[in-house]
Amino acid sequence: MIKDMRFFDEMSEDGIARGPYGDYDQWFRAQDATRLQSKAQEAEAFFRRTGITFNVYGQADAEERLIPFDLVPRILSNYEWTKLAKGIEQRVRAINAFLHDIYNRQEILKAGILPIELIQQNDAFLPQMIGFIPPGDVYTHIVGTDIVRTGPDDFYVLEDNARTPSGVSYMLENRETMLQMFPELFSKIKVQRVSDYPKSLRRSLAACAPRSCEGKPTVAVLTPGIHNSAYYEHSFLADQMGVELVEGHDLRVVDGHIAMRTTRGYKRIDVIYRRVDDDFLDPLTFNPQSMLGVPGIMDVYRAGNITIANAPGTGIADDKAIYSYIPDIVQFYTGEKAILKNVQTFRCSESDTLAYVLDNLSELVVKEVHGSGGYGMLVGPAASKKELAEFADKLKAHAANYIAQPTLSLSTVPIFTESGLAPRHVDLRPFALVSPEGVNITPGGLTRVALTEGSLVVNSSQGGGTKDTWILED
Amino acid sequence: MLGKTAGGLYWMFRTLERAENTARLVDAGFRIALTRSNSAESEWRSVIATSAAQAAFEARYDAYDSEQVVDFLLRDPENPSSVLSVIKSARDNARLVRTALTTEVWTSVNETWMVLTKLLKEPIPQTELPAVLASIRQQSAVVRGALHGTMLRNDIYDFCRLGTFVERMDSTARIMDVKYFALLPASSFVGSRLDNVQWETILRSVSAHRSFRWAVDEDFTAPAIANFLILDGRMPRSLRFCVGKLLANLEYLGADDDEPKESLILARRLSERLRNRDIGSIFDEGLHEFLTSVINDNAQIGLQIEQDYRFNS
Repeated sequence: MIKDMRFFDEMSEDGIARGPYGDYDQWFRAQDATRLQSKAQEAEAFFRRTGITFNVYGQADAEERLIPFDLVPRILSNYEWTKLAKGIEQRVRAINAFLHDIYNRQEILKAGILPIELIQQNDAFLPQMIGFIPPGDVYTHIVGTDIVRTGPDDFYVLEDNARTPSGVSYMLENRETMLQMFPELFSKIKVQRVSDYPKSLRRSLAACAPRSCEGKPTVAVLTPGIHNSAYYEHSFLADQMGVELVEGHDLRVVDGHIAMRTTRGYKRIDVIYRRVDDDFLDPLTFNPQSMLGVPGIMDVYRAGNITIANAPGTGIADDKAIYSYIPDIVQFYTGEKAILKNVQTFRCSESDTLAYVLDNLSELVVKEVHGSGGYGMLVGPAASKKELAEFADKLKAHAANYIAQPTLSLSTVPIFTESGLAPRHVDLRPFALVSPEGVNITPGGLTRVALTEGSLVVNSSQGGGTKDTWILED
Repeated sequence: MLGKTAGGLYWMFRTLERAENTARLVDAGFRIALTRSNSAESEWRSVIATSAAQAAFEARYDAYDSEQVVDFLLRDPENPSSVLSVIKSARDNARLVRTALTTEVWTSVNETWMVLTKLLKEPIPQTELPAVLASIRQQSAVVRGALHGTMLRNDIYDFCRLGTFVERMDSTARIMDVKYFALLPASSFVGSRLDNVQWETILRSVSAHRSFRWAVDEDFTAPAIANFLILDGRMPRSLRFCVGKLLANLEYLGADDDEPKESLILARRLSERLRNRDIGSIFDEGLHEFLTSVINDNAQIGLQIEQDYRFNS
């Protein structure tokens, strides 16, 4: 719990609705609370029936859970969005240029912008990618940038998520749910569409097909299988794109290409949208124990006969240790100043900084450099003395594994509770698609909301929920 | 279509069919247990034999007690053919092949799983059993309705139907085989005066005690019942009906093949055996021998479909 902090509420200021929420606020005030209550239950039943569930790692008995959905939308004006989208595009272009460079000429190291140790000693840097340029020179076909807000004009990038960002199915299903529950709202308020995302994704992936591909490219989604926590999303995307959903054992190398086993024999695939981590992609190249990947796919890849989206090795760009250098990376490759701000980041690997972090632990958020999903992080202001002391020991022992950031006063958006509206902290993950045709950012995204009062952790694995995200038309 | 997807569809519908058949068998057995408690044990013994679970059951239990049999068949997670197990497996397969199903079919299977998991969570008291069995049958009807009403008639549909009819043919043949002695013309010498009950139970096990009377202008005689369940092409659970569906779906799948696939050849052969037959010649062949060979041929067709359409490799 964070006390004595004032938070920016996106819906209202001193009881008066902010601009983008004007029409919604008016509608909401005219609603009957009991009706909304039953709508909320309807939404939950809909999610269960449709099977929009996820598995939580390490909770065998609670096999499938819903991500709670809140029916109050998170609304941004087109003006706010346009600036955000520009900033994301700039960042995504810079990250692709950086990946191209770091796996080829490494100009950025020669220019002394990045310390070489950061690359050399980093597991996320894949030597197998050195000297290889993926089809279309695209590395991050799909990016889900995590953005937080602290004031009307203050947006920060929290993470770049350049590997295999998830959550886009919630962006789409949340909108679908809102359309079903409150159709009248959408005739009153003009909201930009998100429903084109699957079509754009397919087009974007097809545009990245290898040069050796003849005719219309065959795209497939590679999933670890039905027990993966994001399986629903994998099948949803394959279904919406009209492409096959494959697992490693459906695929093999046939005549130098990747092919899937169909009822009529093996059929060639040109583009794989993989939702399997680098390490499991090819047992011959990476983790030899992996049953999730395709033996030999890296050879096919390097021979230019398959597109893997996202490219292996993109993790080096969203590594938390690299994160603090992204403004320099943007400047280096685009010649422009970064539009979106970074959160101030303390690199615990530097000894002066570590001392500062230890002294101010109760004010800071500390994260593992390679962690994700909100696991293994410390939220200083919310931690007990004992937790702080234990974490300090971990920090001292493995300083280079951690970075620290000031606790941001994250903006709030109200959620609908039994006793009416109540402010909760939110973040935002818009989705950007990259192909030789350009960068396409769907106007919207996944708004995650920390449902516990005062909590700053929005991750679904840590009790977070979601909201529909509206970008208004002008 | 992916081979894995074809396999997922096939098994999804085999297991859904199995859930429904098990519910029917329990229903027929339960009726006997209620009305003729002295023959309950032997009836439960045949029910377990019909679901080919004798060894598994006897390893767990000493006696064929109503409560235990019902629990074993409906909710035992250790029994891979219990309704709870097969519904879970059907839903897992549905998730696997989600992209091949319409929203209606997927939602109906998911709901079936939600409803039945809840219903079968605790042991079922006798008073609740009829309602639970009705729910199982009703849920299968909802899935089947969604399949018929919303799916394209293409290869996806064919694999769903193949799973349904391989399972159904197996089930009908086993129901008859377990009680073949009651179906012999001279059965009055084999059994006792139980036969009327036996015949009715057989018909109930395939939900045909009403339709038999509508369709057949004869008394309840053993040959008439055997004829109805084996050779009557109007009866949707008869062997001839099932093999006809198998054949039609395999012919459709193989329409573009230069050479017929092995599974199609086997199905044609089995269909031929059931064509232009009368029940007399089947009794001459030996009813038990005939049913055993149908069960084996059908199993062979199932295995051959898996190979021909590359379910696993």
